[in-house]
Amino acid sequence: MFEAIAFYTFSILVIGMFGIVVFSKNALYSMSALAGGMIFISGFFFLLDAEFLGVVQIVVYTGAIMAVYGFGMMFFDTTRDIKENIKFKKIIYTLALLSAIFTIFILMAPVYSVRVEALYPAIKDVGNIQMVGLLLFTKYLVPFELAAIMLLVAMIAGIVLVKVKMEETPTNIEVAKGGK
Amino acid sequence: MIETALIIETVVKAVIALAVIAGMAGFATFLERKVLAFMQRRLGPMHVGPYGLLQLAADGIKLFTKEDIIPQNVVKPIFVIAPIIGAVSAFVAIAAVPYFPQFTVFGYTIHPIISDINVGLLFIMGAASVGMYGPLLAGLSSHNKWSLLGGARAVIQLLSFEVVSGLSILAPLMMIGSLSLIDINDYQIGGFSSWLVWKQPLAFVLFAIAGFAETNRTPFDLVEFEAEIVSGYATEYSGMRWGLFFIGEYANMITISALVSIIFMGGYNPLWIIPGAIMMLVKVSFWIFLFLWVRAAWPHVRPDQLMWVCWKVLMPLALINILITGIVLV
Repeated sequence: MFEAIAFYTFSILVIGMFGIVVFSKNALYSMSALAGGMIFISGFFFLLDAEFLGVVQIVVYTGAIMAVYGFGMMFFDTTRDIKENIKFKKIIYTLALLSAIFTIFILMAPVYSVRVEALYPAIKDVGNIQMVGLLLFTKYLVPFELAAIMLLVAMIAGIVLVKVKMEETPTNIEVAKGGK
Repeated sequence: MIETALIIETVVKAVIALAVIAGMAGFATFLERKVLAFMQRRLGPMHVGPYGLLQLAADGIKLFTKEDIIPQNVVKPIFVIAPIIGAVSAFVAIAAVPYFPQFTVFGYTIHPIISDINVGLLFIMGAASVGMYGPLLAGLSSHNKWSLLGGARAVIQLLSFEVVSGLSILAPLMMIGSLSLIDINDYQIGGFSSWLVWKQPLAFVLFAIAGFAETNRTPFDLVEFEAEIVSGYATEYSGMRWGLFFIGEYANMITISALVSIIFMGGYNPLWIIPGAIMMLVKVSFWIFLFLWVRAAWPHVRPDQLMWVCWKVLMPLALINILITGIVLV
């Protein structure tokens, strides 16, 4: 019974939070609700005894959304509402709704047609982390390493993009002017 | 019935932990003033009660009865919720910390940990990192430039020192092979010589430095440094809302002290004839004292110095430490 209560509480919280993300006009509300929603999702992992994934959900999304806040801080006055300029409201809403229904249909179809079974069922008395590690470093080693390489490429690209004007920080310019 | 008993036990434990930690956090503010005063050859609070002990109660009454001001132009819901996030996440982190060895009362074995999840250490660090949303949201919602700067500093501080604390703790975890704090404690059961400090001194120093940064303590207190940004994120706060930030910060200090004690300094294992529970209290008290001592002894660093030391010194050191540990283990 407690599991059911927890499940429905978290469901309502998550849906409510993501609703705020979409419908609010204030950047601060949206970002905070996004962070809240992401953290509440970890509740489902804890309910399913997947503590490791639950904690990873919290750790990863706190950091990630923290970076989104950084951008929000730079681009908006977060204490004011943003003037949205939406044309063709009807088309946007219809398309959004249709694509949402379509996605749900695609995802749920295999669940209804075949009884879904775990490809690699959880082994008793083996911890969460050990199970994740076993699968990552045996069955899914190649995708895992590819993802790592992609992240490395993205990181180097980011450094190269910033590096171009690294020498021209405000203090350096002032020092150069003073020197002349 | 077992489920109900478990829930009652957990609620009782949670209430006790909340009360004790909140009380300790309050007492730590008094200790901080006394220790700082001692180091600066002053007396500190002396007027209220013996040795100023009742200053604690006086401060509490002041905080509770002060007018609750919400300034104009703030984003009210976020402004109100920010201090609560700060305090609550600090207390949530405490749920996975085992403070004492298990003991038996009336034939009923009690584990002094609210929830022994498998990944306790990660959970604590995750919950503590959520705590940085308190300063961040306060800074963004206050409609004040000092607060905004404080919020921005909270972001850079969290994003960089999360990396250092995570990487530094990885090396001891590779030796232990578990993320549960109870396993980590049991790994050092052999007494003084089996403490992990001796095997992982570098990781110990790095984790301690990252702990100072994550609790916004003095060498790294950029988020609320008076001389630069008034009071940082807390500029617009007063009364109990400000008090909540304060309690959260001290609860975080206690959590970090307990973590360092458990991971590196033998945890709650008994030492010689001293029982484990007392050892734990001694270690945590020592770390709290160290926090205060550093505050009295060290100047504050600039944000760019903090970034420099984090990314160019601490992170490479942590990576090298992991590499060496890996080679030795293989």
